[in-house]
Amino acid sequence: MCAAHNRLADMKRKTFAGGIHPPDNKQWSAHLAIEDCPLPAELIVPLAQHIGAPSVPCVEVGQQVLKGQVVGSAKGFVSVPVHAPTSGEVLAVEKRPHPWGMALPAVVIRPDGEDRWSPELQPADPGELSPEQIVEKVRQAGVVGMGGAAFPAHVKMSPPPEKPIKTLIFNGVECEPYLTADHRMMLEEPERILQGVALLQYVLGVERVVIGIEANKPDAIALISEMCAGTPVEVISLEVKYPQGAEKQLINAVTGREVPSGGLPMDIGVAVHNVSTAAAVADAVVHGRPLIERVCTVTGPAIREPKNLRIRIGTLLSHLVDVCGGLAEEPGKIILGGPMMGFAQLGFDVPATRGTSGLLLLRHEDVDPQPEGPCIRCARCVQACPMNLLPTTIAAYARRSLSAEAAEYRAMDCIECGSCSYVCPSSIPLVQVIRFGKAAILAKKRKE
Amino acid sequence: MNEVSQQLYLSSSPHIHSGETTAKVMRAVLYSLVPACAVAVYFFGLSALLVLLLAILGCLGTEAVCQRLMGQPVTIADGSAAITGVLLALNLPPTSPWWLTLLGAVIAIVIGKQVYGGLGSNPFNPALVARVVLLISFPVQMTTWSAPAPLGSGLDLVTTATPLGAWKNAVMLTGQAPVELQGGTAQYFLGNMAGCIGEVSALALLIGAAYLFYRRILTWHIPAAFVGSVVVLSGLFWLINPAKYPSPIFHLVTGGLVLGAFYMATDMVTTPVSPRGMLLFGVGCGLLTVLIRLFGGYPEGVSFAILLMNAATPLIDRYLRPRTFGVQAGKG
Amino acid sequence: MLAAVLSLGLIGMIAAVALGLAAKKFAVEVDPRELAALEVLPGANCGACGFPGCAGYAKALVAGTVDLNLCPPGGADVVTTLARILGVEASAAAREIAVVVCQGDNRRAQSRYRYVGLEDCTAAQRIAGGPKTCPGGCLGLGSCQRICPFDAIEMTADGLAVISREKCTGCRKCIAVCPRNVIRMTPYDATVHVLCNSHDKGAVVRKYCQVGCIGCHICQKTVPDAYQIDNFLASVVYEHSADADEAIAKCPTKCIRDFTAGYPEGSSLVPAVPGKPRAA
Repeated sequence: MCAAHNRLADMKRKTFAGGIHPPDNKQWSAHLAIEDCPLPAELIVPLAQHIGAPSVPCVEVGQQVLKGQVVGSAKGFVSVPVHAPTSGEVLAVEKRPHPWGMALPAVVIRPDGEDRWSPELQPADPGELSPEQIVEKVRQAGVVGMGGAAFPAHVKMSPPPEKPIKTLIFNGVECEPYLTADHRMMLEEPERILQGVALLQYVLGVERVVIGIEANKPDAIALISEMCAGTPVEVISLEVKYPQGAEKQLINAVTGREVPSGGLPMDIGVAVHNVSTAAAVADAVVHGRPLIERVCTVTGPAIREPKNLRIRIGTLLSHLVDVCGGLAEEPGKIILGGPMMGFAQLGFDVPATRGTSGLLLLRHEDVDPQPEGPCIRCARCVQACPMNLLPTTIAAYARRSLSAEAAEYRAMDCIECGSCSYVCPSSIPLVQVIRFGKAAILAKKRKE
Repeated sequence: MNEVSQQLYLSSSPHIHSGETTAKVMRAVLYSLVPACAVAVYFFGLSALLVLLLAILGCLGTEAVCQRLMGQPVTIADGSAAITGVLLALNLPPTSPWWLTLLGAVIAIVIGKQVYGGLGSNPFNPALVARVVLLISFPVQMTTWSAPAPLGSGLDLVTTATPLGAWKNAVMLTGQAPVELQGGTAQYFLGNMAGCIGEVSALALLIGAAYLFYRRILTWHIPAAFVGSVVVLSGLFWLINPAKYPSPIFHLVTGGLVLGAFYMATDMVTTPVSPRGMLLFGVGCGLLTVLIRLFGGYPEGVSFAILLMNAATPLIDRYLRPRTFGVQAGKG
Repeated sequence: MLAAVLSLGLIGMIAAVALGLAAKKFAVEVDPRELAALEVLPGANCGACGFPGCAGYAKALVAGTVDLNLCPPGGADVVTTLARILGVEASAAAREIAVVVCQGDNRRAQSRYRYVGLEDCTAAQRIAGGPKTCPGGCLGLGSCQRICPFDAIEMTADGLAVISREKCTGCRKCIAVCPRNVIRMTPYDATVHVLCNSHDKGAVVRKYCQVGCIGCHICQKTVPDAYQIDNFLASVVYEHSADADEAIAKCPTKCIRDFTAGYPEGSSLVPAVPGKPRAA
């Protein structure tokens, strides 16, 4: 009866067309308060942690650095600096294994255990700052989107004048199964989030501010709604459906509008920020503190004690595993991020970055791969696709390297959410094939 | 403890799967056909059971032989050949001789499926290809119908006409529809009429289809469009001249409409993938069915209608694509 | 009956006349030499000449804008014939064929992880740099085999690409598609090759491959002219490779192979015969 009632309530909730309902598996960690992860013996701070140009190292081996000190400076507009997550000595500036699957430049720091803040970082009264000063502070603090894509936040805060932002949406959906980091942030640190919300609202000068939260987090919805009562900030409960938290789908659910194909949210006057990003913005502006830590959910059936950990950027995954009681059994797959869009890892010797929302350890039985079969044209991928594409058709063209045809079927509109691969009864790696086709289309375009 | 062996899996995202497999989908379709088969055996006795078994074994055997000959892995365990077998049997008269059934199985698998490259590549519904080839090649055997003789009734199978056949004959001879045919719709619905093994009980087929809807293997688009367009077009003719044209209800419960609309026209491989495409496909099937039934040479048109629309499927898929998110209508 | 024959005949005649007129009116002038050249070219449309297909190359040949020896599949015969058709002098470039410089199949070389997904080497390479631990080793997913227009590449049961000396025409399509650059162009006459593509140090190579080059210099010490070592990887100096086979027996990891003695283990290809003319 209750379930039927919930289903009915869900139907009235705002959402988008298409999508899937994977088991959310958040019960492992949703109830666990955020814990501070102890400092590891070594921090590997990658210089490439965001979309855009990687930072350039500006410290030398043997140099003592303070917590929050810049160790890699930004290069270009779509780039942000990287900071020391704690005080200590620079052991090396060299290539180290990176979550993207290769060795990339990183600054290796041995913490001195004192965790001393750099004296240059001073709190400020946001009331006395101009929007431009706030954006500059956000840029200097290295704030990037914390939902996973890690796009520099200051870029989204500086829309061109011809594209004013009218609606500001905060993404508290966290639709990836297993992950609970944003959920805990909303429950435990709503003040930080709302402070960031207010700052972003002020900077962008928007009329409408919405915080979208998936309906499977009723406690967060209740708390944030209560705290926003009497303010212009609207809290919207969204249907539990993947990928509800994808930018375009979230905008569609909240505003009913569609981001034009190939365009950006700002084209329809919308900006979307993750709730955790809002908190980081508040830290940057009010306390002058750069983005050197984040909340990361360590979870999955192969870890002994799932936790929501506040980790320093650059902490090796092996340390996270140790802090969470070690492995319950040999993992079949190590995933950074959620199971739908995260990256499989070769081992635990890579560091967590600013975009690391979770570390998911699956057992062999959870990943048991089925052999790929022929497409039976069952059209489940078509029904699941939140972009309303024909995944099987695009994949068929992409597989045969027919990139013109794949582009005609709008392969470039694919957001790689994984819904099609998830439902495919023939276990066709649709997303991978489409991604392959997209790369071919881009390569062809570059040639021309 | 943190040592990771080389047995780690790596792949592109996503890293989880619904667990649905082709074999599971096929098995569900087979389960859904059990009521219809049971009713058929009840009404037509052991001869229907024999046809069913022969068709299934024939299809499985042919598929295995084909794949062996072509040096491919034998995939008869995925259930798709078994479904073709059941659907073929349901599209044959209960008195089909053994050779006709086996020949149909071979045609379905070889000409209907394997020559195109096997599962997923065939443009036409294999069972219907076989049925139509048999219908044209062996019209006598394929149109020798018998009245149902329920198990335990002590009746023998007696040759008779199908309701649609009787109607067509009467209209051709007299220009008038026979009155007594219209009265039996309730009986027809339950399956108490002459016809193919699987055509007879609309009720049993609908029970199976309900299961497929529940499993989300069927979507409503094709059956609704198919049945709906049959009702609309046949209703139009019936309103114009009820003495000559049968009522929509008669159309619905006789012949192979329910079998066709819920099982044959919804074969995933040979039908469009987009919702709009499915609707158009269904409407096309419905219109062609009524036109063939009322004006064609054959009393029943469902098979031909579906095969014709199968041929149109690539075109429909090409021109009726869903509107991509973020793309204005009319701009491709 | 008569009416039917007459009317059908009439329709046929009208259609024939119409077709004839259309053929005359819309005929496209083609240089007969272009047709002749197209006739000579192999017709595989492999693209090795730089044109999308043989027709494009034939057209350019007649226009005189390109060299005659751009068609590796055609070989010397085609160059001679083309020269005769076009009435010019030309000599064929020395024949080159592609060789996969790796013997590390799944049995003899280690994988870092189990790859699940699209059967394509480039796709696998994007997942953490590919499953093979060796950074240069053949991934064995067969992208080169599928793209080869001449069916010259075989995938062994243990996942290693092997190129037939007889069938390879040197079109270089496999080289373009290989994400690990493990395919090299070599002179056709050379049959001795170092089949390894790893620049890692010997100790590292030994960890992940039983048949990798460890940079021990033994081959170079045995036949100094015929081998060079660059960054822990030996290769044959093809200009001085006459005695290269003397080092084969001495190579500790057996990564030097003479293709006249047989293709890499696991291949079903028949050993090459030196200097044997190409199969028709």
